[in-house]
Amino acid sequence: MPDLDTFRQETRAWLEANCPAEMREPVRDEGDIYWGGRRATFKNDAQKAWFDACLAKGYTVPAWPKEYGGAGLAPEEAKVLRQEMSRINARPPLSSFGIWMLGPALLHFGTEEQKKHFLGEIARGEIRWCQGYSEPGSGSDLVSLQTFGEDKGDHWIVNGQKVWTSYADQADWIFCLVRTDKENKYQGITFMLFDMESEGCSTKPIKLISGTSPFCETFMDNVNVPKSYGEGLPAQVGEVNRGWDVAKYLLGHEREMISGADGGNTGTIGAAMKRHAGELDPVLRAELAMFDVDALAYGAMGEKFLDEIKVGKAHPAQPNMMKYAGTELNKRRHELMMSAGGSRSLEWESEETSGGKPSRNWLRTKANSIEGGTSEVMLNVISKRILDLPGS
Amino acid sequence: MPLYHNDDQAMLADSARQFMAEEGNIAKQLRHYRDGNCPDGFGHRLWEQFGEMGFTGILVGEEDGGLGMGHVEAGIVLEEIGRNLSPSPFLTSSVLAATALGHGSSDLRGRYLPGLIEGKSVFAVAIDEGAKHRPERIKMRAEKSGNGFKLSGQKDFVIHGASSDMIVVAARTSGSDDDEDGITLFAVPKDAANMSHDAVRLVDSSVATHTTFDGVELDGDAVIGEVDGGREVLNAMLKAGRVGAAAEGVGVASGAMDMTVEYLKQRKQFGKLIGEFQALQHRASHLYSEVEIARASVIKAQQLLDGDSEKADLMASVAKAKVSQTAGLAVREGVQMHGGIGMTDEYDIGLYMKRDRALSEFLGDAYYHAGRVAEMSGY
Repeated sequence: MPDLDTFRQETRAWLEANCPAEMREPVRDEGDIYWGGRRATFKNDAQKAWFDACLAKGYTVPAWPKEYGGAGLAPEEAKVLRQEMSRINARPPLSSFGIWMLGPALLHFGTEEQKKHFLGEIARGEIRWCQGYSEPGSGSDLVSLQTFGEDKGDHWIVNGQKVWTSYADQADWIFCLVRTDKENKYQGITFMLFDMESEGCSTKPIKLISGTSPFCETFMDNVNVPKSYGEGLPAQVGEVNRGWDVAKYLLGHEREMISGADGGNTGTIGAAMKRHAGELDPVLRAELAMFDVDALAYGAMGEKFLDEIKVGKAHPAQPNMMKYAGTELNKRRHELMMSAGGSRSLEWESEETSGGKPSRNWLRTKANSIEGGTSEVMLNVISKRILDLPGS
Repeated sequence: MPLYHNDDQAMLADSARQFMAEEGNIAKQLRHYRDGNCPDGFGHRLWEQFGEMGFTGILVGEEDGGLGMGHVEAGIVLEEIGRNLSPSPFLTSSVLAATALGHGSSDLRGRYLPGLIEGKSVFAVAIDEGAKHRPERIKMRAEKSGNGFKLSGQKDFVIHGASSDMIVVAARTSGSDDDEDGITLFAVPKDAANMSHDAVRLVDSSVATHTTFDGVELDGDAVIGEVDGGREVLNAMLKAGRVGAAAEGVGVASGAMDMTVEYLKQRKQFGKLIGEFQALQHRASHLYSEVEIARASVIKAQQLLDGDSEKADLMASVAKAKVSQTAGLAVREGVQMHGGIGMTDEYDIGLYMKRDRALSEFLGDAYYHAGRVAEMSGY
């Protein structure tokens, strides 16, 4: 057991010395988040300085092993770092689907060469990744996906269409589920990695009800994907035709992330809404109080869940419960914030609302219980895997 | 401290679960004493067995002969009480009264704690005045009289009031009804003159009293803690009791949920197990999710209380509110999903519904505690 108190003191001092004041302010717009990648630019010097400091320390991916660009922190130490960063409201130095999703998959399923190569790129923020899972005909029923990779010996020719690929228009590479065996539903999918600049690969943003376009359609028209990128560097993660295992593993991670178990979205809102509104309608106050009870209880659940995951006590399907409860709670939070905000929160474009933030965020949360598996799918999984109900 | 049971606590949970399933089960306890129309509403033999197991003194300090454990451990016993709907004086005696006595003189502790630890004595608490829990307002008076005090007023919802060897009574020794200060707690023995009980059986078969104090004379040594300084002791007692009631409520909720999920796997209609119907699966899964969250809020509150954290009061109310909501959902869904059989007295699920109602009301319902959460959060 590492000496956590000493580590906390050191971390606090390091953050004090290295995290610029501008990086301790709340994220206001997309430009405040640094995603990395070939086309990335820093918004300002503070963002760059903070990123560089973290990179040198391995803190862009603190819990990853040192040889892959991380700091090799033990889970308890990583928790302390998270707590200390959150204490001073430090922004993440680097955000990416590479860190949250591809990374965990590679750590679990990747070859040593893949880990060294791809994890290193992710840790250094050199390559921005996107996720190619859903298709127009395969949403909740993801395993029915049709995008096909035809075996051409040393390469595949990939044809098909993906949808809801987050930030595909800004991504450099894609990790993509591709059918490589039409006869075998579950064991006929390969988890492929390829460059978005490949010929025949194109993207088109989808405009959402929130007015933003975080998602794209992605088209693959005879894209040539080499089977290998070099010695020990196959183009797929895990074995050919066993990509569904990787996908399922990753969905677990995605659900944890969306559930906000890592410290986001568990806060109360009643006090802030009163400051905002001046006076609260008594029935609204009551709704806010009931919400805050649920939010604080869910906060305890998040903490318990992380504690249990660390020692392998959590039920393997528990992330589905966390995702379900967390996203439903977040939707309720924004409904109440809209109500407490009154007509001001309806403004779609105004300086006072930083460009319609309340309404746009409210609408954005409606996707929470759809993306990464709908609430209904989460309830199906709980029924089957936790409650062991028949025929589900 | 991680939010799960350590090895010792897990062992305690195993033995408590096994013991209560054997000795505290519904047929042996609740139905037995209910159908026999027992005036106490609980069994003294089980209470003695609690003493033999060491449960009775779980929160009593080792210097007073107890186990000196914390609220996580007390909660382990309470969850099993809840799961088995065991009528038991544990919450009022070993959690509420024991917490109050912990603030008392060595004389008081010596007078009452040995009987508690043995499982011979039963204690009650008299806090509520009126049909709703409003401990911010204490009307009942205790006037100075000679070397002691004279108590006048009425208390309601005194669980086990008529069966208790001692009742912890919150009374006003100075100030006006709504004052924070001026409260004093008294340990009133059962044979005190001019105290009378109107005992009433409640929906869950427990027995509570409306207790009238018509000039009850007490010596000064019946005071628990400081004269006029009883609010602090009262608050400590309430915090412990609320977290304890929440732990029992988690037991009620999971007992009802487990029974219902089992039923979904056995009952056939339209040629199918009803658990195959997605309409029921989703409701059961939603319930599971709520019970998990409620359980997390309880262990968080227990640990904060054991760590003497200033956040314990807020989390105690969160836990009590969350559990009340969740156990209510569990018993309503339980009866509905059982269908007609859920309405029969023969089947146990309805007993869960009755117990939840009484337990949720005790020491403040979900609305009261959500209101406290709002106040403590500044709105």
